[in-house]
Amino acid sequence: MAETTAAGPLVKVRDLKMYFPIHAGLFKSHVGDIKAVDGISFDIAPGETLGLVGESGCGKSTVGRSILRLYDVTDGTVEINGSEIAHVDRDSLRSKRPMMQMIFQDPQASLNPRMTVASIIAEPLDEHLELSSKERLARIYELMDWVGLNREFAKRYPHEFSGGQRQRIGIARALALNPKFIVCDEPIAALDVSIQAQVVNLLEELQDRLDLTYLFISHDLSMVRHIADRVAVMYLGRIVEVASRDALFAEPLHPYTQALLSAVPEPDPASERNRTPIVLQGDVPSPANPPTGCNFSTRCPKAMEICRQMEPGVFEFGGGRQVACHLYSDDMAEPAEPTAGSESN
Amino acid sequence: MPDTASPILDVKGLKTVFRTRGGEVHAVNEVDFHLHAGELLGVVGESGSGKSVTMMSLLRLLPSPPAEMRDGAVMFGGQNLLDISDEELRQVRGSKIGFIFQDPMTSLNPVYTIGYQLAEPLRAHLGMNKTEARARSIELLQLVGIPDPERRLKDYPHQFSGGMRQRVMIAIALACDPKVLIADEPTTALDVTIQAQIIELVKDLRRKLGMAIIWITHDLGVIAGIADRVMVMYAGQVVEEGPVDEIFKDPRHPYTQALLKTVPAVRGARAEKLQVIEGQPPIMMAAPSACSFRNRCAHAYGRCEDANPELTAAGAPGHRAACFLLDEAASKQPETVDG
Repeated sequence: MAETTAAGPLVKVRDLKMYFPIHAGLFKSHVGDIKAVDGISFDIAPGETLGLVGESGCGKSTVGRSILRLYDVTDGTVEINGSEIAHVDRDSLRSKRPMMQMIFQDPQASLNPRMTVASIIAEPLDEHLELSSKERLARIYELMDWVGLNREFAKRYPHEFSGGQRQRIGIARALALNPKFIVCDEPIAALDVSIQAQVVNLLEELQDRLDLTYLFISHDLSMVRHIADRVAVMYLGRIVEVASRDALFAEPLHPYTQALLSAVPEPDPASERNRTPIVLQGDVPSPANPPTGCNFSTRCPKAMEICRQMEPGVFEFGGGRQVACHLYSDDMAEPAEPTAGSESN
Repeated sequence: MPDTASPILDVKGLKTVFRTRGGEVHAVNEVDFHLHAGELLGVVGESGSGKSVTMMSLLRLLPSPPAEMRDGAVMFGGQNLLDISDEELRQVRGSKIGFIFQDPMTSLNPVYTIGYQLAEPLRAHLGMNKTEARARSIELLQLVGIPDPERRLKDYPHQFSGGMRQRVMIAIALACDPKVLIADEPTTALDVTIQAQIIELVKDLRRKLGMAIIWITHDLGVIAGIADRVMVMYAGQVVEEGPVDEIFKDPRHPYTQALLKTVPAVRGARAEKLQVIEGQPPIMMAAPSACSFRNRCAHAYGRCEDANPELTAAGAPGHRAACFLLDEAASKQPETVDG
């Protein structure tokens, strides 16, 4: 959406669009687009963690990949640390790669099984820097220390490690070139509950030590609440609400955010018995054929006539909080009492 | 939950071993549990804790070799499921005990229509003809909340969304009106809003049909919402079991305690730092001779190294945990262990 209050954001995304073309028929003619990301804007301040949440298929991973130019974006601008990313040629992009890195979801699939830990971690060093073999080894050891891997494991292969340790290798590789900005794409989704906490704590420690900025993509709302400073909620290619973590979890304003939060079960039987989740009907529509008007109108319990006809504008609630919903079109722009509907505890 | 009535399913000393080239893996070690009619038993544990293998062993669903059910008894309807012939077992599978698997895409056959796959158990187990099976299939799809069931019978699995596919799986499992339904991580592959739909559906079906359910998951939040009783597994053993309120309010095993603390919440106070359980779960290359949690346990002492603790009563009725600390607590204050 638009500006945050913080001065000089590190990451500035404006009206980003990422369409994947659909080709069909004998001549593979272009018959439509999957609108994975359909015009989103946000800022991330230096040292901040922005959580990006949403259900599978809402386009959150595509956002992470497009702002690092792993895809060629359809439209919009991305600025990281003052330099334009979205529409530059390959050579100048390459020189900017060191400052922006990514941690992938599946540590099994994102590590080359035929490379040792040392060569995996050193690959970005070999690509971008000219280090002597002594400096190179020192850097590998330093990175392994940072992420809590035993130096003796440097000659081992990824299959010899557990899921949590593999994720640490992936983190060490992402840190190799001293990045400023890291996209964490579901970094804990493939890990066990007791290992998730270890990795999240490591990411937080590294952020403090190295002054990193994260875009933390996850579908796990409780983990996002733990790690993020601000949270953006996505639905079908658009951001429906952005707010500071505490404001969002205390009082979600968009009906989708309300439903999403109320659907998360809590490990407490007593409060679970009294919890009445807002159960959304139906499934997420296809991004190839999104509904007219508000994308959420087909499942929204509070949908009005206007929602099916007109795309809602973005309403500012102060403190960097923004909501895209027609419910707030009458009494918008007031940071005071927003008239959010019924609230789940 | 009548505790006095005899259980519908009673498992004693179940032991499953996988023979691999690297040696034997002891996936399930002396697991005892029971399930009463109409009860929902939640089974919690991390991956590799043996929860799925335990449930698959009950119906001998594991390929043998490499799996081998080395010991134990599974009493269901007066029979030991581990002893009966394949033909007798086939009468139980899918008919008296239904099974829902984690991933609905891989457990439905992609080349048959949903109608065919729903009718299969009806025709095989209940001897229905085509018309009867079709009528019952429509009824089942309505029951699990799939709109326009008559038309959807002709559809193939890929034409359904993830949540809808899981509903179809539930419909197939319910087809023959089973006494016991085993659900292996039925909502793990689904999004939270779809998970909420499925959980509401299962709650509703329980009210209508009154079957007993075993619900396997690693999500403590889901368990808190639906289970009557909880069983916590670690390294192929039951480390703690008890009524759901007791387990969450007063966990006795250090593993359960730690597990409950590592999960952040979406409501209430937010912790600055997450609690962690250091280390990794063990790989069971031999039957346990010591407490398998000792290397990650903050309270471990000499005795944990010497012997494997057995489940002992802890506080409230039905609450048991496998930890030597309970003995220590009991010997310090012999009167009562406060619940």
